[in-house]
Amino acid sequence: MPELMLDGRALRVAEGTSVAAALALGGDGCSRTSVSGQRRAPLCGMGVCQECRVTIDGRRRLACQTLCRDGMNVETQA
Amino acid sequence: MADVIVIGAGIIGAACAQALARRGLRVLVLDAGLPGATAAGMGHLLVLDDNPAELALSQYSLQRWREQAPALPDGCAYRSNGTLWLAADAEEMAVAHSKYLNLQAQGVACELIASSALRQREPELRKGLEGGLLINGDGILYAPATARWMLDAPNISQRRARVSEVDGNRVRLDDGQWLSAEAVVLANGIQANDLCPELPIEAKKGHLLITDRYPGTVTHTLVELGYVTSAHNATGPSTACNIQPRPTGQLFIGASRQFGTTDPQVEGWMLAKMLKRATAYMPGLAQLNGIRAWTGFRAASPDGLPLVGQHPQRKGLWLAVGHEGLGVTTAPGTADLLVAQLFDETPPLAAQPYLPQRFLKEPVYA
Repeated sequence: MPELMLDGRALRVAEGTSVAAALALGGDGCSRTSVSGQRRAPLCGMGVCQECRVTIDGRRRLACQTLCRDGMNVETQA
Repeated sequence: MADVIVIGAGIIGAACAQALARRGLRVLVLDAGLPGATAAGMGHLLVLDDNPAELALSQYSLQRWREQAPALPDGCAYRSNGTLWLAADAEEMAVAHSKYLNLQAQGVACELIASSALRQREPELRKGLEGGLLINGDGILYAPATARWMLDAPNISQRRARVSEVDGNRVRLDDGQWLSAEAVVLANGIQANDLCPELPIEAKKGHLLITDRYPGTVTHTLVELGYVTSAHNATGPSTACNIQPRPTGQLFIGASRQFGTTDPQVEGWMLAKMLKRATAYMPGLAQLNGIRAWTGFRAASPDGLPLVGQHPQRKGLWLAVGHEGLGVTTAPGTADLLVAQLFDETPPLAAQPYLPQRFLKEPVYA
């Protein structure tokens, strides 16, 4: 059961949970804030639409294509 | 009704409409919503000096953009960030040097950058490049927003309509309705051939990719000097490194050129070739996320210069087409040339190199 940090809060999820699923479980479901200030969230769930870009350990990743790992730091404000 | 009908609401049609409206004319702009160049391009404002006419039009237009810049809304994303032309070897550095002398002589602010200084200016560039040429007054803008801003004027009305026929100063819409005005301006890029098959306009397909936001990675628009020697002059498919930072921190990565196709599909092999070319100059790009890729079509004329002026065999029809990849840059100059000719005034720069009769024979009317 990996435990990650989501916007500064600890979240424990089942093995095999995607970061996109973790966002829905432990946050507001959103992955980032757009240049025009809108909160954006996963849409296609298969790595195509690019909506679920999220900062993981300081780098931009696709939440739907990334599995949660223990100690991962996920930030959705940028 | 309108004094002038403009066909095409891209950057060229918009600039012409704005200039005409500022002369007090009532302008009707018709646009069919077909894909073109304005919404697909990089919005790079650059001085090019492949020939004196190209330099004259781009230099004049850059000056006009700089004058207009304070009036542009934030959404137009205008920045004067300069273009840094990259020389990969001694031969390209010699090209940079001769461009430098030519541009200096014409009063264009620019500086040669030595190999050692290149990575101080742009730390993400690979080691071992020969040097560069920085054109200080070049810039960028977001062309679709700029075209919308230009068209937002009391004298300008806009209509979504497809023109099926032009007859001098009259146009027929695809619902059969005829509209007429004192003059009709054709500014619809690659679609110009549909209405005037005699025009020598060829579509050149281009791919473009945009990355996620990486602020501070790149400062100038970075273009390989091979862009002038290879991409512009080649007859087959070609790519050139062209990296542009957007104000959002995103990066545009281009550029490609293909002939003989109007299929807008993104082609994987071409996109891959283009990105590989860019990473040859900036290896770190390979670690960034690309979030969208798309294509567009440049409306190219045989000599690379636009056609600006009255159609020599169709009185009342004025042309502002064939700008290839330089339409955003040369929109203000094109509009000023067109308006001066329409009003029979002395234009701010010699109109002759851009007159349509160089391809269409001499006028048949007095």
